[in-house]
Amino acid sequence: MSDAPDITNSIVANAPPEKDDIVISVRGLKKSFVNAEGERSVVLDSITFDVHKGETIVIMGGSGCGKSTLLNCMIGELPIDRGSVQYRISTINDPVDICQVPNDTLDAVRKRFGILFQSGALFNSMTLAENVALPLREHSRLDERIIDIMVALKLQQVKMLPHRDKFPSQLSGGQKKRGGLARAIALDPEMLFYDEPSAGLDPVTSTAIDQLIMDLSDKLNVTSVVVTHEMDSAFRIADRMILLDKGMVLKMGNRASFEALRDADPNSLTNPSDRLMNQFLNGFGEGPLTDAEGISEFERLIVAP
Amino acid sequence: MTDAPKHPAGKSANPSVANRAIREMGSATLDGLRKGRNFVEDVGGMTGLLFDTVTWTLRSLFMPKVRFRLATLVTQMVRVGVNSIGIIVLVQAFIGCILSLQLAPTLERYGQLERIADVIAIGVIRELGPMITAIVLSGFAGASIAAELGAMVESEEIKALRAHALDPIQFLVVPRFLATVLMIVGLTVIANVVGIAGGYFTSWLVLNVDPEVYIESTKAALVLSDLTTGLVKAGIFGMLISMIACYEGLTVSGGAVGVGNATTSTVVKSIVAIIGTDAIITAIFFAFGL
Ligand SMILES: Nc1ncnc2c1ncn2[C@@H]1O[C@H](COP(=O)(O)OP(=O)(O)OP(=O)(O)O)[C@@H](O)[C@H]1O
Ligand SMILES: [Mg+2]
Repeated sequence: MSDAPDITNSIVANAPPEKDDIVISVRGLKKSFVNAEGERSVVLDSITFDVHKGETIVIMGGSGCGKSTLLNCMIGELPIDRGSVQYRISTINDPVDICQVPNDTLDAVRKRFGILFQSGALFNSMTLAENVALPLREHSRLDERIIDIMVALKLQQVKMLPHRDKFPSQLSGGQKKRGGLARAIALDPEMLFYDEPSAGLDPVTSTAIDQLIMDLSDKLNVTSVVVTHEMDSAFRIADRMILLDKGMVLKMGNRASFEALRDADPNSLTNPSDRLMNQFLNGFGEGPLTDAEGISEFERLIVAP
Repeated sequence: MTDAPKHPAGKSANPSVANRAIREMGSATLDGLRKGRNFVEDVGGMTGLLFDTVTWTLRSLFMPKVRFRLATLVTQMVRVGVNSIGIIVLVQAFIGCILSLQLAPTLERYGQLERIADVIAIGVIRELGPMITAIVLSGFAGASIAAELGAMVESEEIKALRAHALDPIQFLVVPRFLATVLMIVGLTVIANVVGIAGGYFTSWLVLNVDPEVYIESTKAALVLSDLTTGLVKAGIFGMLISMIACYEGLTVSGGAVGVGNATTSTVVKSIVAIIGTDAIITAIFFAFGL
C-alpha cells in the first residue's frame, strides 16, 4: 500500500466537526534553497495540513529535515516557491494568506503570533526584562508601571524572574530559551510557534515548559505549533502529530495513532514506512532509517509511489 | 566521432592547452559577469534600503502614529561620534601640518608664501575635511555598524524583530543612518577647524608666516559656499557609509566568517564609494561654478 492514501485517511479521520475552527491551513507548500553555485535543493515539498483552534500540533522529524524551515515559512519569514499558508486571526475578518499579503497586514497577523526561536533570539543589547517589555512598549499603550507588572508575571511563568536584570550573554542556553518564551507570550498571542522548546533544558524545567504549553492551550485556547524531536515531550503535549521526512509529510495523525505505532513490535510491522516511523519514534539504533537497503526501499516507496 | 581520426595523436597536447585556456577564459568571464551582477545587485539593494530608510525617517518625523526614537538616536550619535573624534582631530592636525610643509617650497619660489593660508583653507574646507572625516568614520562607525547588525542577523535577532511586527529598518537602520549623517557633518566642522589650526601653527612656528596675516588671508579666501559644499559632501558621505554598513550587516550569511567579511567589505566599499562620489560631486560643483 502506498503512503498517499494513508495521509488522506488521517486528514479525513481528523476532520473538524465544523470547518470554521481551522485557524491555520497549509496547502501544497514547497520550499527550495539555491546555494552559492546556483544549485537548487528542495527542502520542503507538497506540505499540506490544517491546524484547528486551540489544538497543539507537534511537527517531528530528523535533524535537517526542514522543521525550522517549515516554521519560518509559516510565519512569513521565508518566501515559499509554491503553495499557501492561510490564517484566521480574530482581529481580521477574512482569512489571510501570509505569503501574499501587504506588509501592514502581515504585521497585524504577526502581532497575534508568539514565536519561540530555536536559539531564543533575545536582543543582546537589552536586559531580559527589557526584552519582554519591548513588544508591550511597541504595540500597546500601557502605562510603564503596568508593563513592569506584566513583565514580572510573564517571567514568573517561565521561572526566570530572578534573572530579570541580566543581559542575554549572562544567561545559559536553556535560560535564554525560557526568556524567549516569556517574550513570545508577552502580548497574549492567539497562536504560538515553538522551535525546539525543550531542547537543552533539564528534565524538570522541560516538563515545566511542557506544562506551560498545555496550560496556554487549555486555559487560554491558544493554538500551538511545536517543532521538537524530544519524543517524551512530544507525546505529552500533542493533540496531533506530523512526521516529516525528506521534506515531505510521512505521517499525520492524532496522538493515539502515533502511540500505537510507537508501541508496536517492529517485527510485526509489514509496511516499511511503518517500520521506519516505529524506529524514529522509539529512537532505535537499528531499523530501516539506519539500514542502507531500507533507505533505498523507502525512497522507492515514498519518492516514486 | 567522425572527426576524431583526422587529429594526429601528436597534436592532442595542443588542443588540451587551448582547451584549458578557453575554459579558463570562460570561467574568468563568468566570474567577471558574476561580480558584475553582484555589483548591480548590491547597488540595487542599497538604493532600495536608502529609499525605505528615507521613507521611515519622514514618517517618524511627520506621522504622529510613528514614534521618533530620540533616545536611540542619541545613543547612536554618541557611539558614532565619540570614538572617532580623537582620531579625526589627530589626523586632521597632521593634514594641516603636512599641507603647509608640502606647499611652502613651491609658494616661496613664486614669492607667495603668505598665500599658504588661502590654499590650506580651500583644500581643507572643500576637500580634506569632509573626505578624511568620512574615511575615518567608515572605519569606526561603518565597520562597527556592519558587525553589530551582522551579529544580530546571525543570532536570529532580526528575525525576532520582524516576528514581533517591528521593522528592522525603522528600528535599527533609521537611527544609525540619522546619527551617521548628523555626526559626520558635526565632525567635519571640527575637522575643518583643526585642519586650519594645524596649518596656522605650522606656518607660524615653522615657516615664520605672520599669524595675523594668516588669519586675514584665510578670512579673505573663504566664501560661504566653500563651507556649505564641503558640508553637503560630508552629509552625502555619511549617507553612503551608513547605507553600505547597514546593507552589508543585514545581508550577512555564513556565521562569524560572514560577519568578518561584511566588516571588511564595508570599509573597502565605503572608501571606494566616498572617493568616487567625491569626484562626481566635485565635477558637478565645478560645472556650476560653486
Ligand atoms: N538559508 C539556507 N540556505 C540553504 N539551505 C538551508 C538554509 N536553511 C536551511 N537549509 C537547509 O534546509 C534543510 C533543513 O534545515 P532546517 O533548519 O529546517 O532543519 P531542522 O529540521 O530544523 O533541523 P534541526 O532539527 O537540526 O533544527 C537543511 O538540510 C539545511 O541544510
Ligand atoms: Mg531546526
